[in-house]
Amino acid sequence: MTTSELRLAARDLTCIRGGRLVFEGLSFEVRAGEALVLTGPNGAGKSSLLRQIAGLLEIEQGEIALAGGDPELGISEKAHYAGHLDGLKPSMSAIETLRFWAAYLGGGDDAFVERALEAMALAPLADLPVAYLSAGQKRRLSLARLAVCPRPLWLLDEPSVALDAASVGRLRGFMAAHLAQGGIIVAATHLDLGLANARELRLGREAAA
Amino acid sequence: MRRAFLALVARDIRLAAGIGGGGGMAVFFFLTVVAIVPLGVGPDRPVLELLAPGMLWVGLLLASLLTLDRMFQADVEDGSFDLLSMGPLPLELVAVAKSLAHWVVTGLPLVVAAPVLGILLNLPPERMPLLVGAMLVGTPALSFIGAVGAALTVGVRRGGLLASLLVLPFYIPVLIFGVGAIEAAAGGFEGQVGMQALLLLGGLTLASFAIGPLGAAAALRANLR
Repeated sequence: MTTSELRLAARDLTCIRGGRLVFEGLSFEVRAGEALVLTGPNGAGKSSLLRQIAGLLEIEQGEIALAGGDPELGISEKAHYAGHLDGLKPSMSAIETLRFWAAYLGGGDDAFVERALEAMALAPLADLPVAYLSAGQKRRLSLARLAVCPRPLWLLDEPSVALDAASVGRLRGFMAAHLAQGGIIVAATHLDLGLANARELRLGREAAA
Repeated sequence: MRRAFLALVARDIRLAAGIGGGGGMAVFFFLTVVAIVPLGVGPDRPVLELLAPGMLWVGLLLASLLTLDRMFQADVEDGSFDLLSMGPLPLELVAVAKSLAHWVVTGLPLVVAAPVLGILLNLPPERMPLLVGAMLVGTPALSFIGAVGAALTVGVRRGGLLASLLVLPFYIPVLIFGVGAIEAAAGGFEGQVGMQALLLLGGLTLASFAIGPLGAAAALRANLR
């Protein structure tokens, strides 16, 4: 993976949801090792933008391109998306969940799974069914998924929701490590995650006015 | 890609087999429906024998509809589907994997239960192999056709009824040839007509395998973007 030339660029993006114009003419560029923090009021289109980058939402106008990495793969296969929904199954244990995603996403072996559990301090809970985890623990498990399969672009929608102070600190380290390896993070957040090398993109017409 | 496909099939089978997964639901529904038929039509053995193939197939179709609506909906609701669609598998193969898992947890147990219920309906033992054979060949078609209905109604709350209405007309050929294979044996044409019905049933399964996942993936894209 040639992460040195990694670059995410959006040009003239427009998003329309349910007939309502959410944002238009949005352009930005993020380079390897940089984080873009999306801020703005509720309904400004932070989540929509993340879903557009992930390929989960139609792009009305404009384009998004990710340069660098394997040219055979589309953006959605080079990106991790962590949205509001955790995507967990109550009857599967934490370790089963991570093993499944490692296998499905084409990630690493069990060593990766172990390391992902460590990174989010979930090792003691590995064999517990997800149904018994608290909201914060579920979130941590959902975020641990990012570590089982290395992908250069992380798209995080309110990653710190439901996390306690210690876990937010862990998340900060987790994200900083990804940036240090030359990855890109685009995150929507209301909380200052205190990342070095982060730029802010403010969305929302109310905010601009 | 193969690793991802197998992982998805294995996960879906395990989820369905677990508590709340609805794996055993279809079989118990099938048992209930067929078990109350003799109570309704009376214990007259020739009548039951006459009704047996049709009742078994109708019960099987209805039972396989029962768990259909959750095929994609469960994953869409908890956000897993977003992540699945960002994996290495195209949505068509995701649909194949899910249909296959649906068949293993729904179709296969129904086929296993059918001979037992056949005895209950006084189906002659010599027709059991044909019954099981026809159901084994025909049931995969139900899952592959059903995937299209499940995908079309993925955004609809309580979409099970809608999916059933959409899908049931396309189940009818399977029903006709499935019953035909068993009835032919009763008419004494065992060799040829029964075989033809089985072949047609196999053709239906292969056609649904080719078309169903494409239709399901297209419906999912249209619904979720």
